[in-house]
Amino acid sequence: MSTDRLLDFDEVATRYEPVIGLETHVELGTASKMFCGCSTTFGAEPNTQTCPVCLGLPGSLPVANEAAVAATIKIGLALGSEIASWCRFARKNYFYPDIPKGFQTSQYDEPLCVGGHLDVVVDGETHRVEIERVHLEEDTGKNLHVGGSTGRIHGADHSLVDYNRAGIPLVEIVTKPVPGAGLKAPEVARAYVTELREIVQALGVSDVRMEQGSLRCDVNISLNPVRAAEWGTRTETKNVNSLRSVERAVRYEMRRQAVVLDEGGRIVQETRHFHEDTGSTSSGRSKEEATDYRYFPEPDLVPIAADAAWIEELRAGLPELPAARRERLQQEWGISGTEMQWLANAGALGLVEQTVAAGATPGDARKWWLGDLARRANEAGSELAELAVTPAQVAELAGLVEAGTINDKLARQVLDSVLAGRGGPADVVAAQGLAVLGESDELVAAVEAAIAGAPDIVAKVQSGKVQALGALVGAVMKTTRGTADAATVKRMLEERVLSS
Amino acid sequence: MSSLSRTDVEHLARLARLAVTDEELDLFAGQLDVVLTAVARVGEAPVADVPPTSHVVPLTNVFRPDEVTPSLPRDAVLAGAPAAEDDRFRVPRILQEEA
Repeated sequence: MSTDRLLDFDEVATRYEPVIGLETHVELGTASKMFCGCSTTFGAEPNTQTCPVCLGLPGSLPVANEAAVAATIKIGLALGSEIASWCRFARKNYFYPDIPKGFQTSQYDEPLCVGGHLDVVVDGETHRVEIERVHLEEDTGKNLHVGGSTGRIHGADHSLVDYNRAGIPLVEIVTKPVPGAGLKAPEVARAYVTELREIVQALGVSDVRMEQGSLRCDVNISLNPVRAAEWGTRTETKNVNSLRSVERAVRYEMRRQAVVLDEGGRIVQETRHFHEDTGSTSSGRSKEEATDYRYFPEPDLVPIAADAAWIEELRAGLPELPAARRERLQQEWGISGTEMQWLANAGALGLVEQTVAAGATPGDARKWWLGDLARRANEAGSELAELAVTPAQVAELAGLVEAGTINDKLARQVLDSVLAGRGGPADVVAAQGLAVLGESDELVAAVEAAIAGAPDIVAKVQSGKVQALGALVGAVMKTTRGTADAATVKRMLEERVLSS
Repeated sequence: MSSLSRTDVEHLARLARLAVTDEELDLFAGQLDVVLTAVARVGEAPVADVPPTSHVVPLTNVFRPDEVTPSLPRDAVLAGAPAAEDDRFRVPRILQEEA
């Protein structure tokens, strides 16, 4: 659908410097809506979670949800923001069917949290993303466009609106412009949203599921010629709804804008839409056409004055934040920053941590989750956490290998059975008789019988043909029906044949 | 003191999605100007020592606990809609948005 010409990405950076900015919306996981008691349950029947307040019926009065205000302050504290000692809500006036009231209750000149920053690491380099503000508002309803072939607005005859989502508390986190990321801008943008998502998740204030829209991102991008005194005109790409898309949207806009600028053209300040299928953006409404929201203080809601005691109470209740946790675990496990990054990127951090807590060594825990389990998750197209194996079971499996009960090869077989729902590792080993023989009496007997039964081979080995030992290993494995660990058998044979 | 132009009224009418004729633009510009002039008299009050405020009651932190209360029955909700379809509010085609 896109006819944009694009400059080769590596070439963009030779002539232009990007400035990015991100606005992230997080739908809070409160039980009730922002200003009324309607449920926020996702996926309910259309228009079954509405009331006079969230429908904007005459005479209704909103009252702010305390848990939503507390959650917003927590996000601000986690980002190092100043929490306003006084702030208020404002009406953002516009006509669109997804806001039944004719305005969105938001915050304008007095946000709840101001400033702060988030450090993100890309390829071992730290980029500081400054936070402009964190404010609290309400979500809008959902439009369903009918009549067009694509389900999009274009060509639609009419639209159908479900107001279940209207009024769900929504936190908007706005960054300051981020210059200086250069060629890394797409990855910095992605890393920022990834880290922000982890923080919000650690705080437990939202389920941050991008595919369900509880975390959504608008991406601002401008380009200016290298070493130019001023930044270029920016575009705002709306509703970029996956981490991968954040990176793709920045990359696409950089390549598109570079061609326009190369040809002496002008970037139009506008809203653009991101298309998941093609990874491209297309022009939406132009900002130059006066978006005049006529903000004014919301008269129906009194100001919020968060006192120091409340803020300190919330601060004291903050959990360990992801960056601090990663640093602690990295030290505890004695691994490199790069290895830590792999674990984090694979979504394996919590799983490895729990596996270690269940008794596995950090090395074994990492080996299983980043190795066999990562491969299986990849094949199944699922997340590691979705695999049908618990960290405790992985620890149990590692313990069985460690104790010599099973070898790595058998362990993979056991894992298959665990994933297939046939019980925990120890149960599987017992049920299927998979245990390898340690240096048990049975194995010693088998080894000695093999030696006694083949004096010719023993003589060959002793005369220097060490590879002949393989025949003896094979004989022992046969006697023990494969339940012996081949390496152990080989070692036992060597001890007896070569040292005699 | 004329502070509101015909263009201002045209802009406001468009923001409010009101269809206003040329004659009405002149009429409303004049009328609104009178209203604005009347309201502007507030600015003459001696308030140098009065802090600005957006709320008339001296209240802060009026919150409700995060508890779910019953919603309206859907039939009642949709009964107030000009049109409904598939349990949703039916609205006219939305223009000038995403392509």
